[in-house]
Amino acid sequence: MNATRWLRRHGKWFIIAPPLGYLFVFFLIPFAFALKISLADTALRVPPFTDILSVSPDAHLHIALNLGNFKYLFADEVYGLSYLYSLKTAFFSTLVCLALGYPMAYAIARTSKSTQSILLLVIILPFWTSFLLRVYALEGIIRENGLLNETLLWLGLIHQPLQIMRTTAAVYLGIIYSYLPFMILPLFATLEKLDHTLLEAAADLGSPPWRAFLDVTLPLSMPGVIAGSMLVFIPAIGEFVIPTLLGGPDNLMIGRVLWDEFFGNRDWPVASAVAIAFLVLLVAPIAIYQHYSSKQMEA
Amino acid sequence: MRGRVSPLLISILCLGIAILYVPILVLIAYSFNASSLVSVWGGFSTTWYTQLMHNDQVLDAAWLSLKIGVVVSTGSVLLGTLAAISLVRFKVFRGRLLLTGMVNAPLVMPEIITGITQLLLFISMLQVFGWPHRGFTTIVIAHIAFCTAYVTITVQSRLQTADRSLEEAAMDLGSGPVRAFLDTTLPGIAPALASSWLLALTLSLDDLVISSFVSGPGAGTLPMVIFSKVKLGVTPDVNALASLIICAVGLCVILAGVLMRRSERRRLADTQLAQT
Repeated sequence: MNATRWLRRHGKWFIIAPPLGYLFVFFLIPFAFALKISLADTALRVPPFTDILSVSPDAHLHIALNLGNFKYLFADEVYGLSYLYSLKTAFFSTLVCLALGYPMAYAIARTSKSTQSILLLVIILPFWTSFLLRVYALEGIIRENGLLNETLLWLGLIHQPLQIMRTTAAVYLGIIYSYLPFMILPLFATLEKLDHTLLEAAADLGSPPWRAFLDVTLPLSMPGVIAGSMLVFIPAIGEFVIPTLLGGPDNLMIGRVLWDEFFGNRDWPVASAVAIAFLVLLVAPIAIYQHYSSKQMEA
Repeated sequence: MRGRVSPLLISILCLGIAILYVPILVLIAYSFNASSLVSVWGGFSTTWYTQLMHNDQVLDAAWLSLKIGVVVSTGSVLLGTLAAISLVRFKVFRGRLLLTGMVNAPLVMPEIITGITQLLLFISMLQVFGWPHRGFTTIVIAHIAFCTAYVTITVQSRLQTADRSLEEAAMDLGSGPVRAFLDTTLPGIAPALASSWLLALTLSLDDLVISSFVSGPGAGTLPMVIFSKVKLGVTPDVNALASLIICAVGLCVILAGVLMRRSERRRLADTQLAQT
């Protein structure tokens, strides 16, 4: 009898514990290790960093914290500049995605239910297709002898091919192209639930359509705007594949710096420090995203 | 929200969809190009596909990616379903906020950060426990973590709308809560589980950044092989490989979409049945 009662009270933990434990160990704990290693020193060994904790022969625990890596981040302006550059790139790409994605989501939300499910599938398909392959496909369009230049030359609009590859423009195009579906889906989710009678009421009360849009539709779709923007903005800051494949040497985004620090210089403590500092900057946008996406979930 | 859609909106929608699809369609078209010059059309040919079938590096990588993908999607559907049940059915428990956070964070966390931090964990674990060695195991563990997040979100939204009256009826008739869930609600959400299995598979097959960090020497997944080829420029055999992957992923997603719709329709039918 006791066993049944125990099971009834605590049985739910058989369901909760596996995912909670797994994500805790393999998603959350790793950040603690990154923090630990960011405080270590580089060393010529495998793995290439020193131990923070060590027990000396007289059984005393020694803690050797090294804040040098973080100081180094401030001293060498490459890190600060690449943070700012990533933020700027992500911000403007998000704006363009919003400007293009909002009307798209709005149009989809206003079609009939059956058209809607087809259009959604059309948007979702690239959402799941590999980033790498889509970026590669984009390269085929914008490179010097790609479809875009060939078409423009043929139309006589330009007389020599435009240099888009290895420029900032290519990075922007890449991010917008890759992340557009991430903007549309949450926007659609809020716009679809919008109560149409509110717009009719606004029209009955004499408000022109643009006014009704500004007063009713836009404020009510704000959770979708914010969730979509964060879904584009946050991963775009850390983007690695796009600046590497499409950008030039000037397009030094933080993801690229991290990658080079790690694989090129093999300076793991500094790479960890960059990752931790980057994460600290992301806490606010991630918190905003969590807040609005949970709101959307409840609605 | 229905109503008249203005022509301007429709043209923006078409433009957006064109932007999303033209590069992919051009890529597929050029994969059938007989010329080895990527910009010149030399007639229709399947040379690059045949060449691909004899490229051991690509075949090995594809096989490794597929093995990883199947293990990952199965593992993450199990964990993700448990997480979704926890979040939907148990309103109050210690760690609920933590679980919610850990389920949502991987969706926005830049992969490069997840990759680095997970690698550092694996290295430290290897030092202490002598396990796991970098390669298949570490890639699987790392992928399950982020795929679980996607599965949880998908199954969670499906479970929230699931009708519980059948389950309650089963419990009134004497079934235990687990039994009642397995007999009534689980079959109802099964299509959603199948669809999230496919989506987890595509996520795992596509991942480049996390795999690059946590994999060890000799364990190159398909995206890692493609990335090293692409860095050297556009080549016709990569076009063929990319087209194959895009088509495979496309089929998975369409199948997942069909399954989702079927599950939605069944739910509607159930609710109607319950009301009559």
